[in-house]
Amino acid sequence: MKSLLKSAPPSAIFGMVVLAIVAFTGIFAPFVAPYGETQVVGDAYLPWSAAHPLGTDNLGRDMLSRMIFGARNTVGLALLTTAISFSVGSTLGMLAALKGGWLDEVLSRLVDVLMAVPPLILALMLLAIVGPSIPNMVGVIAVIYVAPVYRLSRAAAMNVVGLDFVEAAKLRGERTPWLLRREILPNIWSTLIAEFGVRFCFVFLFIAALSFLGIGIQPPTADWGSMVKENATLISFGDITPLIPAAAIALLTVAINLIVDWMLHRASGLKS
Amino acid sequence: MSRLQKLVIGRVSLGILTLFVVSALMFVGIELLPGDLAQQILGQSATESTLAAFRAELGLDQPAHLRYLDWLGGVLRGDFGTSLASGREVSELLGPRLANTMFLATYAAVIAAPLAVILGLLAALWRNTLFDRGVNLTALSAISMPEFFVGYVLILFLSIKAGVFPTLARIDSATGLWDALYRSFLPALTLILVVVAHMMRMTRAAIINVLASPYIEMARLKGVPRWRIIVQHALPNALAPIINVVALNLAYLVVGVVVVEVVFSYPGLGQLLVDAVSSRDFPVVQAVGLFFAAVYITLNVLADIISIMSNPRLRHGR
Repeated sequence: MKSLLKSAPPSAIFGMVVLAIVAFTGIFAPFVAPYGETQVVGDAYLPWSAAHPLGTDNLGRDMLSRMIFGARNTVGLALLTTAISFSVGSTLGMLAALKGGWLDEVLSRLVDVLMAVPPLILALMLLAIVGPSIPNMVGVIAVIYVAPVYRLSRAAAMNVVGLDFVEAAKLRGERTPWLLRREILPNIWSTLIAEFGVRFCFVFLFIAALSFLGIGIQPPTADWGSMVKENATLISFGDITPLIPAAAIALLTVAINLIVDWMLHRASGLKS
Repeated sequence: MSRLQKLVIGRVSLGILTLFVVSALMFVGIELLPGDLAQQILGQSATESTLAAFRAELGLDQPAHLRYLDWLGGVLRGDFGTSLASGREVSELLGPRLANTMFLATYAAVIAAPLAVILGLLAALWRNTLFDRGVNLTALSAISMPEFFVGYVLILFLSIKAGVFPTLARIDSATGLWDALYRSFLPALTLILVVVAHMMRMTRAAIINVLASPYIEMARLKGVPRWRIIVQHALPNALAPIINVVALNLAYLVVGVVVVEVVFSYPGLGQLLVDAVSSRDFPVVQAVGLFFAAVYITLNVLADIISIMSNPRLRHGR
């Protein structure tokens, strides 16, 4: 582990440091934040001061505290959503590769259609039907991102299902769950992990964008996307405060991309 | 029928099929929704008579497949129904906004596509120099940034601090062309920054790929200057993948318009769609969503067809 970290380029170390900071503040949000998530502590739009390092927002809540709780909410929901789409997508993908036949055909055509529609438009149409709320948003985005995960894990599993040890396991009389979990999954694991990083970035940006548009995470829950929207008026006075949550989103995405780049580089066997 | 024709017809019909699925999506979705839609929208306190009136307005008293066929027939005649929120004809609501959105997307595309190709060419020409690294790093960070971040940063620096461009891109039918170009420059620039990065990286990759071929080495040994190798020898053979990437990014650009329009209060379809989703104005969501999906699918199918046409192995299959 130590030598692994030593071999990491500065860009990947930077990415890991950012990720660690965000994870720490997210997990320990109630202890790190000076005020409560929705606690009104003063007038609206107070300037930066010792008591409120980033000032207050449009309703007089402490910006810094909301940034810290926002790390927990935005990143946490993005993780949850990505995890759901990965568990569903990879299970279906491996199942389709293993079983083939009509199941594969039906699922693949369905995924083709799902991937032919722009994700944002699809999400907006679906959210119009079910109504905007946090569980609905998580469900809708998870469904949309099942498609690319399905495609990837099906393609990766296709290379494995024909191999002898899978054949042997089948002849041994192992059941489908065993075949998926013990024979196929360990062999496509590394592909899925790298993809998880990439998809997490997409999902994270997606949730931020939806919240920014006002149809994602709903107030008063603190979240980086809607914080930009709520305080956008400050920009016309030359105040950069509303840009801080947006910059945090960009920073975290860059950080994860740097880590994923390094992991892909290592996985491809290129040593530079 | 040749192989090429079969492939093209296959792509086009898959695109059309997808559009039908998207158009039916909302009807199926409303049908699958637990409980009654009217009740859900109007809330528990709605009286029985308002519910009945609302159901009649939505046509919920008819079975879903009849409603769908009725709606589809209307669409073919250019009638998208009436908006639930404003009571106006959806087509009337769409018209001017459609023009605005197409204006903004074209504006950005006309600048972004040539710019990306030129930057990609230069990065390939000066490979591994400081210029190449700089462009690459900028591109990578631009991809990671949400559109609204880029938009607000531009507003802060170019409009608030420098005062060169207006904060809000308000245009209407009375705005002249030059004025419209000026006022919508910031939203267009945001879109350009977001799509140029990806197009540029792919252009660079496509050209570097071709540069590895033996005939390029031949040209180099003959003493042809580097820029001529790239422009005359490499570019024609890399053109197909580049056009493909440009088409895919234009598709992305059309969708990216939604967020950018909200940032700049630009009166286009994207803003209409977002408002309609919040107020659950189904006929409007249906029509605008279908429009965006249609443009996206068309550009994707076009990209597919171009890459099929440009590949001799697919064009003259065995």
